[in-house]
Amino acid sequence: MAAHLSYGRVNLNILREAARKELREFLDKCAGSKAIVWDEYLTGPFGLIAQYSLLKEHEVEKMFTLKGGRLPAADVKNIIFFVRPRLELMDIIAENVFSEDKMHSPRDFHILFVPRRSMLCEQRLKEQGVLGSFTNIDEYILDLIPYDGDLLSMESESAFRECYLENDQTSLYHTAKGLMTLQALYGTIPQIYGKGECARHVANMMLRMKREFAGSQNQILPVFDTLLLLDRNVDLLTPLATQLTYEGLIDEIYGITNGYVKLPPEKFAQKKQGETGKDLPTEPKKLQLNSAEELYAEIRDKNFNAVGAALSKKAKIISAAFEERHNAKTVGEIKQFVSQLPHMQAARSSLANHTSIAELIKDITSLLYYNKTSCNSLVSASEAFFDNLTVEQEFMTGVDTDKVNTYIEDCIAQKDPLIKILRLVCMQSVCNNGLKQKVLDYYKREILQTYGYEHMLTLNNLEKTGLLKPQTSSRNNYPTIRKTLKLWMEDANEQNPNDISYVYSGYAPLSIRLTQVLARPGWRSIEEVLKMLPGPHFEERQQLPAGLHKKRQQGENRTTLVFFLGGVTYAEIAALRFLSQMEDSGMEYIIATTKLINGTSWIKSLMDRPESQSP
Amino acid sequence: MMKSKADEEDYWNSSKFKAFTFDDEDDEFTKLKESRQAVNSICGLVEEEEDEDEVEKVSWSGEPVGSISWSVRETASSLREQSFPKIDTTPSLPKNSSGYSLSSLFKGKEGEREMMDCADYVSDWSPEETVHRMQQGKAVSLEKFRSLQEKLLLLDEAVGVHDGNVITAVLIYLKKSLSKEVLFRELESRQTALRHFIHYLTESKEQRLLLELYRALGRTEDEALLQYKEHLRITDENKRRDFLKSCVSLPFSPEDAGHVQDHYTLLERQIIIEAETGGKVEIFQKFPRRASILNMPLITTLYYCCFYHYAETEGTYSSPANIRQTFRIAEKQYFVTALAARAKLKAWHDVDALFTSRNWLGFTRKKSPLSFSRVADILSKNNAPVQVLQEYVGLVDDVELRVALAQKYKCHFIVISTYRDLKDRQLLLGYRGKVERGSEEERKIDELLSNPQIRWKN
Repeated sequence: MAAHLSYGRVNLNILREAARKELREFLDKCAGSKAIVWDEYLTGPFGLIAQYSLLKEHEVEKMFTLKGGRLPAADVKNIIFFVRPRLELMDIIAENVFSEDKMHSPRDFHILFVPRRSMLCEQRLKEQGVLGSFTNIDEYILDLIPYDGDLLSMESESAFRECYLENDQTSLYHTAKGLMTLQALYGTIPQIYGKGECARHVANMMLRMKREFAGSQNQILPVFDTLLLLDRNVDLLTPLATQLTYEGLIDEIYGITNGYVKLPPEKFAQKKQGETGKDLPTEPKKLQLNSAEELYAEIRDKNFNAVGAALSKKAKIISAAFEERHNAKTVGEIKQFVSQLPHMQAARSSLANHTSIAELIKDITSLLYYNKTSCNSLVSASEAFFDNLTVEQEFMTGVDTDKVNTYIEDCIAQKDPLIKILRLVCMQSVCNNGLKQKVLDYYKREILQTYGYEHMLTLNNLEKTGLLKPQTSSRNNYPTIRKTLKLWMEDANEQNPNDISYVYSGYAPLSIRLTQVLARPGWRSIEEVLKMLPGPHFEERQQLPAGLHKKRQQGENRTTLVFFLGGVTYAEIAALRFLSQMEDSGMEYIIATTKLINGTSWIKSLMDRPESQSP
Repeated sequence: MMKSKADEEDYWNSSKFKAFTFDDEDDEFTKLKESRQAVNSICGLVEEEEDEDEVEKVSWSGEPVGSISWSVRETASSLREQSFPKIDTTPSLPKNSSGYSLSSLFKGKEGEREMMDCADYVSDWSPEETVHRMQQGKAVSLEKFRSLQEKLLLLDEAVGVHDGNVITAVLIYLKKSLSKEVLFRELESRQTALRHFIHYLTESKEQRLLLELYRALGRTEDEALLQYKEHLRITDENKRRDFLKSCVSLPFSPEDAGHVQDHYTLLERQIIIEAETGGKVEIFQKFPRRASILNMPLITTLYYCCFYHYAETEGTYSSPANIRQTFRIAEKQYFVTALAARAKLKAWHDVDALFTSRNWLGFTRKKSPLSFSRVADILSKNNAPVQVLQEYVGLVDDVELRVALAQKYKCHFIVISTYRDLKDRQLLLGYRGKVERGSEEERKIDELLSNPQIRWKN
């Protein structure tokens, strides 16, 4: 079921297998029948590692969601809590343990912290007086979760906030640990490049950890040639822009969590013959999205404008395949046809799903669509999308970034979602290397008056991370960066791209340009620009034991692991995949990140926590 | 805002950048249609049947049957306990590819670990050894680090290994065993430890100590913001108002200080306005309130006052003019809000008055800080009649935009008179087909077309 993880250049299934083994070992530590109590947040990421059947093989008989009060009855010997190390969860666990009926046959309690145990949490359990009730307290190191054949994520929602707002480097420690795990499985990575404060910090920790394990030499032939560590705050612009790849747009509009997306069900209703669509499902349709699905792997990284053509081409192929049945005359031929049916069925249902998704997206993105429909809400949705995009592109090309923008003003007046406003204002600020004090003050006042003064806290957060700032020097260096790195390409080809700028229909993500230049001709060619971007850039080498030096075949590609500290978007991933596939690039990329993000989820993580509203 | 197609093309051709355009729009659209048709036609061919060998089972909600989140729900209901579908999760990998688990990679020598676990942990570990043991999750005693110097050595060692978990553990011990003054002073020169301490206090909601810490460090703005944030926890509006009042004097940055002052003033106002919802007033009976105005944003409050208290004199707290002045609301914001509120009430007379200004000769003319196309947009969203709409559509300067809007809102006379001004006979003729037969509009067109005075350009 996780076969798609092993198709890529690097077999990420090895990592998944190691994680599964670890899980089995822990379960066997708690001998006898067991019930697992889940921190609900964890079921998603865990689903990428193991299915219920694996747990069942190890005597897991029941599973519950973590809730206050008394634990549900279950005739098991062990109760295991699978939780993130968070204080509020400890209080719930304590409540569970307290209300356990002592007289009734006692059950053993265990805690498995994911991804790390925490003294702070154990301290809280101690204060609550339940620490002694636990037979095992352990940690399950789930630092890097394999998402796809070329993609790893730590799914640490707050990593950016912690690193760049709170200056808490715990997640960087986990990153370094995760990279050590990877090296243990895939060999020492001989070359490390980095840009940014956090990158420097992670590299330092890695080198230090390596010295500590100096005793045990890693004897695995290196799979990765290079590691590139990139701070998200080196490129604050890219996540703010609306992604225009198929997968990127699905994420922008519906949000992809743990490889799943929930969609409005209307377009997925299957009309059987002779049946009128009377009972339409009301529950959202949930779909899994990864490269295990052939069609999805083919279209997900395309610019959305090229998706229609790809789908229609696929439709013709599938229709033709089904038509084959008329030609099947002999028993052998019929048999042959029938044997292919399952595969064809799967292809057909995949085509149906993606046609529906493409239609849903089209309704929102296509400006000219309103000529063909009378529905007013669609008109405004697509108009809003179009206008929004126009303003984004004006900012990215440096048009009027130093004045108050009328479109933003209008959006505030219409009370559009606050996050949308913040995305645009931050983008303008980034593209202008800070806003003029007068402009910044104006936006802030408008926002506070319209959305509430308490958002002052959020605005302060955005300023601390540098997403929003007053212009300090009169010199705006964004145009220089844009020109040197060719961040804006006039004629991006969306159908048959020849440059990464196709993922944003013109804008080439800064982060990926840095990656591209590093591979060729090297960062020395852009020293000036690197100095304008925040944080140090560096290069480190790790010694390999003799005999592990790769003898490269002629024409063999090199492999680079690009680690985005603070998050990466699907469009950036698409751009890296595009570079991997370019014939003359000579480089294959594997992507790792603290979290898969889009502009909305990213800004949301920086807003002052709504949970503080409930006492 | 709707751009006519010609207008739009012109725009894109003239601007130096390119938007997410759909050049082959129609083509693109038919392509999706093609694929939809193909899907539908194949659908009828064969029975729906998932292939159980290859395709994973997915319930309608899309959760693969047997996935963890699915089973959490299923096992929770004890009824269905027995029937778990068998799903083969055996990996297709050769078994030997990974004979070790993640943690075993880093555990070092197992035997040694066991031995150390049994050792008496009161024994004399150095700070370095202690931290090392803590990293491995082994029992340690921190009490033996008595002197300040020993404690700080321990802290520095913990910071040195970058393990946040260990750093926090040491900090908890230091917090218990040192006086605040000493701890704060020492943390000031240890930025990493300090950040972890702040995070720890935030997480464990030790508000008061955190405030003291900020004060000791001279981080007054952080202190002020943190204090201000507390208001979110206060539900009683009077208490919240008093709390906000106490915040006004906190050491905020100058512009934030202004915002906090406004926040306080706003809530104070809202409490007064909220009391004025007397049942006798007609408007409240005609349009009952859906929610209280307390704690709503300023612009919402302004809207509310434009809705319920529009005609009040400037002296009252609830008059829109007073609010506009007190909070220095931008002209544009004020107009949009007032317009929306009055349009909602279909008070077209107020709308008219809002935009009418008199010059010194006493002539009236329409003036607006927003574009008239926006005005028309807001009016149409509130179902304004054509008579009202056309007045504003007619004021749109850009001819093409005006025509486009007039067509959209069915302001036929605007279209007709614009075509006349353009002296475009062809367009006028074409439009004749779009208006109702025998209508006044048709008569108007005929009259124009037969008017010999007009010099048509085509």
